[in-house]
Amino acid sequence: MADEHKTPRQLTLGDQFLIFGRSGWEQAAWNYPRLQNLGFCYVMIPAIKRLYPEKQDAAKAAERHLELFNTMPYMQSLITGVTLSLEEDHANGEDVSAADIRAVKIGMMGSLAGVADPVWWGTLRPILSAFAASLALSGFGIVGPLVFFIGWNVLRLTFRWVAQRWGYRQGLKVVTVLSSGVLQKLTLGASIVGMFVMGAIIPRWTRVKLAPIMATSSHGSLSLQSMLDQLLPGLVPLLLTLGCVWLLRRHVKPLWLLVGIFIIGLGGYWLGIFR
Amino acid sequence: MSIWGVLIIAFLAGIEGVIDEWEFHQPIVACTLVGLATGNLVSGIALGASLQLVTLGWMNIGAAVAPDPALAAVVAAWWVSGPAHLPVAAGVILAIPLALIGQGLTQGLRKLIIPLVNQADVAAAAGNLKLISWLQRISVVLQGLRVLVPTALLMWVPTTLVHTSYQILPQVIQGGIRVSAGLLVVVSFAIVINMMATRQLWPFFFIGFALATDSHLSLVALGLIAVGLAILYLRLAGKDHHDGGGPGSDTDTDELDQELDDL
Repeated sequence: MADEHKTPRQLTLGDQFLIFGRSGWEQAAWNYPRLQNLGFCYVMIPAIKRLYPEKQDAAKAAERHLELFNTMPYMQSLITGVTLSLEEDHANGEDVSAADIRAVKIGMMGSLAGVADPVWWGTLRPILSAFAASLALSGFGIVGPLVFFIGWNVLRLTFRWVAQRWGYRQGLKVVTVLSSGVLQKLTLGASIVGMFVMGAIIPRWTRVKLAPIMATSSHGSLSLQSMLDQLLPGLVPLLLTLGCVWLLRRHVKPLWLLVGIFIIGLGGYWLGIFR
Repeated sequence: MSIWGVLIIAFLAGIEGVIDEWEFHQPIVACTLVGLATGNLVSGIALGASLQLVTLGWMNIGAAVAPDPALAAVVAAWWVSGPAHLPVAAGVILAIPLALIGQGLTQGLRKLIIPLVNQADVAAAAGNLKLISWLQRISVVLQGLRVLVPTALLMWVPTTLVHTSYQILPQVIQGGIRVSAGLLVVVSFAIVINMMATRQLWPFFFIGFALATDSHLSLVALGLIAVGLAILYLRLAGKDHHDGGGPGSDTDTDELDQELDDL
């Protein structure tokens, strides 16, 4: 590997595009012992081809990237970028060993997944898809699905490309930026927006109607729903949601919550509480 | 014609259910496409939007596998927008057991695929990069078949049978299904809240709830308030101390992993 080259080996913009194109298929070969290992190797192949023309070097690089790997799939683009810059140095005989590359990959994958999962899966997708669903249900029809599909993919592809480029250009400097706590702040901000919006979703998008008549008093009949609406609209779904959170914290499986809610719905209708 | 369309959508949704990129497996996309293929766009969108609210908390984090919206969305949409003409609420309820089947298939394939991945080791040792690429492409196809095959099997069930078995349900059950379909969303909301909630974040949940009960506030206004509050909080917290401990700390995600694992 450390043999002399007249010109340093370098990835072309075309290689980077190929890698970007491959990065979106990373998770297809997800398997239990080594998780996303084949996927990551697949993403790196255009780089391996460019940087290691000798067959035994290419074999070593491929084996290196077939080791256990798992992260949040979009964050993989950032790790890919950094790995590309390290592989380039390694191929040019600079002071970057195979063990260094391995260590950086392992070091980044866990911490990046920890901050990215709550942002993409916990905040962005629920909010965007709930917004799209509400558009669809309030008469905008096809606009809802289109907003979700286009919005999500524009965000995702932009993020992937920018992250990969940034990682490739900055190399190991990325690690110092990440350890400064910027990402944690971003995640905290996203979680605040997420919690706020989940609170807002409950009264707007849960459809529960209580039976019209509660009791007949001397004032005539009263609607339970309108009484509750006076007090606090959306109170029933709020209590149900908080109950579910409480049970989740006590390690009740979500499946049992679904079954429980189904039974409450059936029973409530049968007893005439819900309408 | 529409059958082939649905099968192509099932294939795409199967791939996406695992790779999670274009999001064809999310009900709001998958059901809409099935609605388009069967010529019943309106009911497809209606099911997609309702089911989306039920599934939005299902996420694959770490090594855990959540229930699979792909099989659920495609088959439920076939029964709602297709010739069986089930009501949307029945589609939402049927989607739950379908999602569990899909989850089992995902977990199964993650084990079945091991010999294929081992082939990649052999290829790598021989420096055969082309073969590694092909092994990855084959696994993409396998993920697509993961949903396509069960969808094809379930489409074999006569639609008149599906239709009449719903029709013979007593009125009480049909009404109960309608109510339950509207209520199930709270489980997804709870999963998302449970993922993010720390003691310092609960006030934002209640502020959001309280403001949303005023129907004069538009969605955009609510979003602006949320972002404004987040910026304010980060500013003030930054001035106060540098105590971290935000959400998404390792313990939180680990707990969630476990819960999704248990499901």
